[in-house]
Amino acid sequence: MAENVLNKEMIKPENLVYTKTKVLTDNVMHYCPGCGHSTTHRVIAEVVEELGIQSEVLGVAPVGCSVFMYNYMDFDMQEAAHGRAPAVATGIKRLWPDKYVFSYQGDGDLAAIGTAETIHACNRGENIVMFFINNGIYGMTGGQMAPTTLEGMKSSTTPYGRDWMQMGHPLKITELVASLPGTYYVTRQAVHTPAYVRKLKRAVRKAFEYQPKKKGVSFIEVVSNCNSGWKMTPVQSIKWLDENMLDFYPLGDIKVPED
Amino acid sequence: MAKVKGTIVVDTEKCKGCEICVVSCPTHVISMSAEVNGKGYHFAYLNDADGCTGCTNCGVVCPDGVITVYRVKVS
Amino acid sequence: MAEEYKLMKGNEAIAEAAIRAGTDGYFGYPITPQSEVMEYLTAAKPHETTGMIVLQAESEVASINMLYGGAGAGKKVMTSSSSPGISLMQEGISYIAGAELPCLIVNVQRGGPGLGTIQPGQADYFQATKGGGHGDYRLIVLAPASVQEMADFVSLSFDLAFKYRNPVMILSDGAIGQMMEKVKFKEQVPRMTEFPDWATTGKNPDRERNIITSLDLDPARHERFNLKLQRKYKEVQEKEVLFEEYMCDDAEYVLVAFGTSARICQKSVEMAREEGIKAGLFRPITLWPFPSKELESLTSHVKGMLSVEMNSGQMVEDVRLAVHDNIKVGHYGRMGGIIPAPDEIVEALKKQIIGD
Repeated sequence: MAENVLNKEMIKPENLVYTKTKVLTDNVMHYCPGCGHSTTHRVIAEVVEELGIQSEVLGVAPVGCSVFMYNYMDFDMQEAAHGRAPAVATGIKRLWPDKYVFSYQGDGDLAAIGTAETIHACNRGENIVMFFINNGIYGMTGGQMAPTTLEGMKSSTTPYGRDWMQMGHPLKITELVASLPGTYYVTRQAVHTPAYVRKLKRAVRKAFEYQPKKKGVSFIEVVSNCNSGWKMTPVQSIKWLDENMLDFYPLGDIKVPED
Repeated sequence: MAKVKGTIVVDTEKCKGCEICVVSCPTHVISMSAEVNGKGYHFAYLNDADGCTGCTNCGVVCPDGVITVYRVKVS
Repeated sequence: MAEEYKLMKGNEAIAEAAIRAGTDGYFGYPITPQSEVMEYLTAAKPHETTGMIVLQAESEVASINMLYGGAGAGKKVMTSSSSPGISLMQEGISYIAGAELPCLIVNVQRGGPGLGTIQPGQADYFQATKGGGHGDYRLIVLAPASVQEMADFVSLSFDLAFKYRNPVMILSDGAIGQMMEKVKFKEQVPRMTEFPDWATTGKNPDRERNIITSLDLDPARHERFNLKLQRKYKEVQEKEVLFEEYMCDDAEYVLVAFGTSARICQKSVEMAREEGIKAGLFRPITLWPFPSKELESLTSHVKGMLSVEMNSGQMVEDVRLAVHDNIKVGHYGRMGGIIPAPDEIVEALKKQIIGD
């Protein structure tokens, strides 16, 4: 491999401005090239490092592409059954009220099989952070329709495009949970451009900083790409996301604390 | 305003060749290597010593966090 | 001051015993005939005394997964439900067994299948002892036959659960849950302040991170894990069998029954003895591990056994396996929530087993 690093003289600790956080393990993430899961993992790990809560944070991974999240985060985590991460997180937080607890789920996990757990964790106002990666498809099982698959969007179970007459409408669960009094901070972010990643990081930091206030759920949706499920290259997928997902899933804060 | 210059160090074995850093670099100085790494992916590299400002866009957007960025103020 | 007796429902005794056992968390959902467990706990407000959390979840599915989270975080947690609710918990129970987590699940059985009835039943025997969820796992299953045992088995369950890092089930039924009897409770045990080293309690710098999961895609490693589970179950089978015998020493015929059916059979034994039939009662207390060896040893002098269960005949299979058809084995049971009368059982013993 040609060692083609330029400006080698600059490589000194005092000049370092960005590097991978130590809260991420050295394991190479299994996600497809360009997948938004890995970026979101990285942002969470960076915030955990910056807030110094590596010994205080407890995460709950879902079943889906991010089922192996715990291989990448160097802090205590639990694996939940499909759809049950909010319930697992509730059990942990109720019994460790001073720890920072978060659940992390894909769209099928959170908005299909786990809808009841999502609604009720939010309605109870559990003091946890709920991450929701919305890539409009079931990645791990090979690209089937998800509750958030857009109308007309192809998937392995909507090969002719999602027809709401038959398969129902894409579900805006984030707006739905925002209407529940138990949610304190609800926002929809993205990770496919540097600017969006920086915004997501601020949102994640706020969400964890809110948690000790015990004011309820901080709910962060991350609209993300799924190049293999969408059958595109990573660069094509983030372009497609920009042009198609963000109309139906507009980015920005949906509910911000008044106090 | 003092001129800044930077450089990037890519963990070429962990880069998956997704090219999102390439399209995120404001000065378009990242390219994909001709050869491939151990996993068979082309990997990112800085193609112009003067073009990098150390803005960290590439590092920040890289899904796998394989890019380390350095920045120096150059008077 | 000696602890005085109280008059309580079985369901309430479970709740009081849970508080006294230093339970950290109860997560449940209403279902007849066991809603009193959670009602008692919410009225007792243990959060203000021992710090115990009591939470009504949105479903039994959510409850068992809250249990998973709490147990994975090293805490003493329990739930209670009844047959249909326990069916909803099966996936969660399999995950708990697969992640080797200690917890207590109380099943106050009602008649099935389906919505069935709210009357008592014992038809969840297979589900409890053979595993109602997926995969090769076992639940340690305790079958109380009195309100006192409902209370005593709570702390016993937690001891076994933490000793073996395994879910434990108290398999009761609506009759015992609803009946009132005198019961005495143990002294209050403080909640744990030390937690297992495998639990997710926050990664301190001095240790590697802890991961609670039942997932392993590496075939060889996953088989090794399963073999480890099987060794654990073998150890439980060898060390933790509990049973009770009533007039079996000189018995020629033995009734085998647990829970409510065992209470009835005790009377049947006395009635049979009055008719000159040397009957006895063998009461398994651990349904898993099943007391096979102990039953087998009875075949030295026992000519026949009748398994009495409020179902269509489930434990009878384990009885047959235990005695290797050296002797005659039959089953008698009522369903629909009907509790058999003692004389019915004596008649069944005569007809099916004694014959002549």
